[in-house]
Amino acid sequence: MSLIEPTGPSAATAGEPGVVDVAAARPMRSEIWRRFRRNKLAVVGLVFLAFVILLAIFAPLIAPYGFAERPLPRVYRAPPSAAHWFGTDGIGRDMFSRVVYGARVSLKVGILATALSLSIGVLLGSLAGYFGGLLDTIVMRLTDVFLAIPYIILAVAIATLFGRSEGSIIVVLGLTGWLAITRIVRATFLSLRQLEYVEAARALGFSRWRIMTRHVLPNALQPIIVYGTISVGTVILSEAALSFLGVGPQDPTPAWGLMVAQGKGDLVSASHLLFFPGGAIFLTVLAFVLVGDGLRDALDPRLR
Amino acid sequence: MPSYILRRLLLLIPTIFVALSFLFFLFFLLPGDPVDLIVGGENRTPDPGVILRARARYGLDEPLLIQFRDYWSRTLRWDLGESFLNGRSVNDILGERVVNSARLSIWAIVIEIIVGIGVGLLSAIKRYSIADKLTTIGTAAAAAVPVFVLGFVFQYAFAVYPNQHNWPEWARLRTSRLGPDEWFLFFIPRGDQWRYLLLPALTLACVSTALAARMMRGSMLEVMQADYMRTARAKGLGERAVVTRHGLRNALIPVVTLIGLDFGTVIGAAVLTETVFSWPGLGFTIADAVGDRDLPVILGLTLVVVLAYAVVNLIVDVSYAWFDPRIRLGEGDA
Amino acid sequence: MKPEPFRAVTAGGPEPFRAADVLLDVQDLHTTFRTDGGDVKAVDGVSFQIRRGEVFAVVGESGSGKSVTALTLMGLVPSPPAHIEADAILWKGEDLLASGGERMRAARGKEIAMIFQDALTALNPTHTIGRQIAEMARIHEGASRKAARKRAIEMLKLVGIPQPESRVDMHPHEFSGGMRQRAMIAMAITCNPDLLIADEPTTALDVTVQAQVLDVLMSIKDEIDSAIMLITHDLGVVAGLADRVMVMYAGRAVEVGTAREIFYETRHPYTLSLLASLPRLDQEGDEPLVPIKGAPPSLVRLPSGCKFHPRCPFVQPLCVETEPALRVVDGAAHSSACHYAEDLAGVDVDTIRRRGEPEPVQA
Repeated sequence: MSLIEPTGPSAATAGEPGVVDVAAARPMRSEIWRRFRRNKLAVVGLVFLAFVILLAIFAPLIAPYGFAERPLPRVYRAPPSAAHWFGTDGIGRDMFSRVVYGARVSLKVGILATALSLSIGVLLGSLAGYFGGLLDTIVMRLTDVFLAIPYIILAVAIATLFGRSEGSIIVVLGLTGWLAITRIVRATFLSLRQLEYVEAARALGFSRWRIMTRHVLPNALQPIIVYGTISVGTVILSEAALSFLGVGPQDPTPAWGLMVAQGKGDLVSASHLLFFPGGAIFLTVLAFVLVGDGLRDALDPRLR
Repeated sequence: MPSYILRRLLLLIPTIFVALSFLFFLFFLLPGDPVDLIVGGENRTPDPGVILRARARYGLDEPLLIQFRDYWSRTLRWDLGESFLNGRSVNDILGERVVNSARLSIWAIVIEIIVGIGVGLLSAIKRYSIADKLTTIGTAAAAAVPVFVLGFVFQYAFAVYPNQHNWPEWARLRTSRLGPDEWFLFFIPRGDQWRYLLLPALTLACVSTALAARMMRGSMLEVMQADYMRTARAKGLGERAVVTRHGLRNALIPVVTLIGLDFGTVIGAAVLTETVFSWPGLGFTIADAVGDRDLPVILGLTLVVVLAYAVVNLIVDVSYAWFDPRIRLGEGDA
Repeated sequence: MKPEPFRAVTAGGPEPFRAADVLLDVQDLHTTFRTDGGDVKAVDGVSFQIRRGEVFAVVGESGSGKSVTALTLMGLVPSPPAHIEADAILWKGEDLLASGGERMRAARGKEIAMIFQDALTALNPTHTIGRQIAEMARIHEGASRKAARKRAIEMLKLVGIPQPESRVDMHPHEFSGGMRQRAMIAMAITCNPDLLIADEPTTALDVTVQAQVLDVLMSIKDEIDSAIMLITHDLGVVAGLADRVMVMYAGRAVEVGTAREIFYETRHPYTLSLLASLPRLDQEGDEPLVPIKGAPPSLVRLPSGCKFHPRCPFVQPLCVETEPALRVVDGAAHSSACHYAEDLAGVDVDTIRRRGEPEPVQA
């Protein structure tokens, strides 16, 4: 876009009718997809994510054993072999099966917790940004308070309160992840509130709810999508961290972070116990980050 | 300027108050009775008299609101109470642990600023180059790697593996604990201490450095498009001077904000790093105390962490006003 | 002047002025942006000369290539994506494009200075006004910090900013729009450039402030004895200030001449249309203003023949087929790129106005 900036915007937009028609005829979505595809890293990330999602869905078909199964003959802390691709853990479970089932845990936690924090963030952010005044002040002070509390301490405390399970970790991460999205949505609302078409909608007597949901929110959608995608990755990262600290789901749940924590004593003798689940976390989160980056560039090259 | 700083300070007080009060009530809601811990664990069946005495000693027999009032009146006198677990003064525990965390954090922030900003800047200037592409991949990877996994990878690669293969002594780093605890000017390691410091410092710095580099790259790319950069070139400045004199400061504005907000991430990463490397700092101690429900230790140490966060953000706010003269006017202090 | 090889008729035309008078001689300049959507020919074969001390105005709508022409001269078009080609860009007889633009970099800021349109974004928000002006003296004359600051105060005084001693330490956002533009002028003239390129210097300003800033610009020009290349879309600004005018359309020069010739002996329908869209103070106020029909053409897909033909009120079949070259039409150096330039001798603005809305013309 910036390439033709010196000639002014009119050169790019107000062209010959034929040129404009071509641009209009090409639907927005395929244009985004075209730009996304040019980013090879993002495409690699997307392919990898599809792979992880397939693993999660078809885990029972792919994994040779159950995630809690202790196959016979029992071998403990065995290094990777043809029988056990990722080796076996301290009580003889097949690590490959556990890592495959782990994709279910991570994706479930990542997606549901992100959905929760997006809901909270969009609600609070749009209320604060649209109504302003006291409500805005309260919401912003609230985010200040929560920013000041080290999130990991809060998460550990809430996790202890709700019990150590997948469900509680979803609640924990949902309740601690809404700060950034609240600010993003609020900023968008603040900047759009004054715009003419919103004023026009108000003058036409549309209800506030309708104005907010139909006219303002769609404009905040792009940053929400980008943030949401990257957020699934960071939530998976946090889930792994909490599992590692022992406040996530408990054994035998195949949470990747928990597996790393269980394998940490064997760093010297059986490092595969640590590196396979660790690598799984890393690659999955990386894929989400790359796809998020690609989406950001494709949706709006100027958005950071 | 002074009134601007004062305003920021005043705004911090209610934030800290609400944050700590929230934690206080949150921990009271936690299942289980702290008295169990005081008298020696849930499984024993202690003399009811011991329990009563313990409750009285820590004020746990009072109504919640009275305890809340007592907590704040003590805290304001900087009396952080005693550990439920072993009766040690939290002030003592704090004094002992906070220096270790401070040293680690200082190094992490130094790395974040120098490496993060430097790499992001170079990457933006050399856009589309191989180095830029590698940076993009590298920073995405560094932001995606779990802190504790990175810690273990470092331990394996730089300590375990060299030890197993009899590498020369100078090439072996240490996997865990503090080391000889010898320092010059508070934070510069002396003697063998650097072998213990290097890996946790790098581990802690990794994520925030990557985030800073990504932010810096994006910010610089945006600044490179700005009109005033063209003006600077039109003035006849060389490209290097255009970037350093006119681009850098403008590009740093959002990065500085990020470094402040991101301090929370550093704290989270510190808990993990200190746990992985058994580094006896605040994070390590808090993680332990949360597991033990040792309320005075959690609240006391968290208070310091929250204060540190507030101070870092105050510094950020002040430097932000220096970086961006436009906001000074908005605060009515010009 | 050495014997010239054949080339397209330039703005100077065949008028024999002394070579020493010519400050800048641009011959057949092409600036093309390579984009995904195709090549954007922002400047497509423009030739002109600027003489010492004159005010040379370049007029056109946005997208006509006037700003890109100026940025190309300054070496400020990013390349890639831009691709620059020219027979020569002679600055005081030396080729600016030679040795990889070395001469261009040396001249930039010191000999050729530029004033940008929007001073709010063109000035660095984080540096004081004084520092930005002083920087010119520091880089081009090696002035000390102190001397450069003194110089900045002098410059601010020169452009008519009151209390320059205190204003010198302010930031751009603390200045009003008119003052910012003055500061920008002060910055540009610090090293007494021979050529001052002013790119829409008043467009972003209030009408009342526009006149003041233009006054400053003109008085400064006399003070430091420089030429000015005044880029604007507003013929009203040009009148009374410019010595010579080049009208650009779709990356080409369509009419070049003295200000008198352009305003009163117009020989191109586009110039006529521009004039017809201007209010005139010397006539009764009930004259209709006639906007130019349509929009400037896309630079990626230009129309055939004369690039103005889809919007031209006088379009003829020949215009659709053949592109007219810029040629001398009357006097010494008045040139036009219209097949029927001579027929326009009897046509003035009122003709166009009387015709009212020009009739639709099919391409």
